[in-house]
Amino acid sequence: MIAHSIFFYTFSIIAVISAIMVTVSKNTVHSVFFLILDFISISCLFIMIGAEFLGMIMLIVYVGAVAVLFLFVVMMLNVAQQKNQWFASESSSGHIPVGLIISTIIFFELIIVIGGWKYKPDLFDINNSVNNFSVSNTHSLGQVLYTDYIHVFQLSGMILLVAMIGAIVLTFRKRTGVKTQSYLNQISRERSEGVEVLEVESNKGVKIDD
Amino acid sequence: MTEIGLGHYLTLGAVIFSIGIIGIFLNRKNIIVILMSIELILLAVNINLVAFSIFLGDLSGQVFTLFILTVAAAEAAIGLAIIVVYYRNSGTIRVEEIDKLKG
Repeated sequence: MIAHSIFFYTFSIIAVISAIMVTVSKNTVHSVFFLILDFISISCLFIMIGAEFLGMIMLIVYVGAVAVLFLFVVMMLNVAQQKNQWFASESSSGHIPVGLIISTIIFFELIIVIGGWKYKPDLFDINNSVNNFSVSNTHSLGQVLYTDYIHVFQLSGMILLVAMIGAIVLTFRKRTGVKTQSYLNQISRERSEGVEVLEVESNKGVKIDD
Repeated sequence: MTEIGLGHYLTLGAVIFSIGIIGIFLNRKNIIVILMSIELILLAVNINLVAFSIFLGDLSGQVFTLFILTVAAAEAAIGLAIIVVYYRNSGTIRVEEIDKLKG
């Protein structure tokens, strides 16, 4: 159990420090890297606590997709070298006390909720947790996900589809002045606008291309 | 160094949530860091859900964490696309200079 404590404190301290560094680091690329470190340590916590499927999914989805997307956008927009002006600019210094007050209030509210929940142990019976070790975490999640939550699962697939189409439509740019092939124009040609049959009178010829 | 229980995980979630709130309020740099703070907040919510799910022995918390993951990925994609379009149109994504709506 002491190893459990050591691992928990190690990973959680790394997670908290890297979360702080995400918000305060001067370079946006460094922020993205600390975000990756945060996700990795939290997924290690998930694996340690017994939710190994979610930990692995977290690694794949966040580190493999979302963080790389952030990196692409940061590098594409050339904002990495913008200086951080938290405490330097005088026009924005009014935000700092408000933000600190609101976040400390939220933090203490959450602590109060946790404490009240802890000192009222008969609200839930913690110790009856059924740890069914004969079935793995992935197996049991799959059993629930494709039966009880099948509609929500399909709906999340629709959300991903809408997000994909929306991102493509938002960033799609039609360039003018570039010669491209238009499939629609090609396949929607009619015979009447392409070919014309003329009767040629003798000794007069045909006027072409007027 | 007592036994690691539910309260430890919930406290970790609360700390990361508060750091995300601080990041949203105090950020003067660019919108991408605000999006990253939103990801941190969603991560804190995920920690809470997984901790409750493990310690109460109910699997639906992990299922909903999966759905939150899905929605977070979609939100990041759409938000970054909007940021790219805004940068293309106005040339900046600094928080102070985005005041077209006069809010």
